Amino acid sequence: MILRFFRLRRSAPVARDRLKVLLAHERAMTGRPDLVAVLREEILAVIRKHVPVDPGKVNVRADRDGSTSTLSVDIELSTMEPPRAAAA
Amino acid sequence: MGTVIVVTSGKGGVGKTTSSAAIGAALAQTGDSVALVDFDVGLRNLDLVLGAERRVVYDFVNVIQGQAKLSQALIRDKRIETLHLLAASQTRDKDALTEEGVEDVVGSLRETFDWVICDSPAGIERGAILAMRHADMAIVVTNPEVSSVRDSDRIIGLLDARTRRTEQGEAMEKHVLITRFDPTRAARGDMLAIDDVLEILSLPLIGIVPESQSVLKASNIGMPVVLADPSSDSARAYADAARRIKGESVDLAVPTVRRSLFGGLFRRAA
Repeated sequence: MILRFFRLRRSAPVARDRLKVLLAHERAMTGRPDLVAVLREEILAVIRKHVPVDPGKVNVRADRDGSTSTLSVDIELSTMEPPRAAAA
Repeated sequence: MGTVIVVTSGKGGVGKTTSSAAIGAALAQTGDSVALVDFDVGLRNLDLVLGAERRVVYDFVNVIQGQAKLSQALIRDKRIETLHLLAASQTRDKDALTEEGVEDVVGSLRETFDWVICDSPAGIERGAILAMRHADMAIVVTNPEVSSVRDSDRIIGLLDARTRRTEQGEAMEKHVLITRFDPTRAARGDMLAIDDVLEILSLPLIGIVPESQSVLKASNIGMPVVLADPSSDSARAYADAARRIKGESVDLAVPTVRRSLFGGLFRRAA
């Protein structure tokens, strides 16, 4: 009850902390608002050199937690035919 | 040579126009000559806040396109004779302002007036960039609220990158003006604290304007609040901010709830 009252009372510190995390991230991105898109294209280009990639099966996500930012790239690779001809 | 000030914020509705009018009027009341320039082409409002909406004959775009001389377009305030307005055009869009045109007009105003105050449109597009382009000083109007602070941070980044001064490697004086400050919510801990806003934005504070009926009433009657209700907290905050802009050192206190504790409790319970 007291805790609940306390929580209800103070939303300002939450606002401050959320802003600090967000702005640290946004400032790092200044001048590169398209960073995620650029990374996506270049990473895909490297992989395409070796494996066919269906652009619809690529999932890029930027995330952050406290002071760390992560970039996760999920690429579903097309089924590759085993190189039978070469083996024969 | 006068000083060019841009009043900007990124976010809309935080009080740029009201603050431009009030600070302009406060500076003019000290005897300095002031030109207020509305950069919000297509959505002009500075004329309305100043009570000059029926006196606009020529506007900023007319001057840029050579249909009127700057001296013809400037509207002199009827109450403070050192205060002038260059209205934005209501029938055009922001593309009607050209880079060269703005440079010429602001350059001419700088030669004539002590202060040229550029009231920026909201947003971070062309209109906002043109408004800040030639500024020597920036006033970033911020409400103590997350979306406003975030947008202010973005605008500060643009002030550091897109103004003539910073491109030439010169310093750009930037200040935060906190508006719509609500002492009651601040006392409850439900509004971003002034210190937190300043720490996050890393800029010095030029004033704190409390949320107030006086400001709304002043807009209703078309008068800057420093004229409409000079003894109000808001008018004093703007007058003090004007003195700080002029380089005076004026104490700055965070507004507090003035009601007695019991009065406050009583009101809330009611």
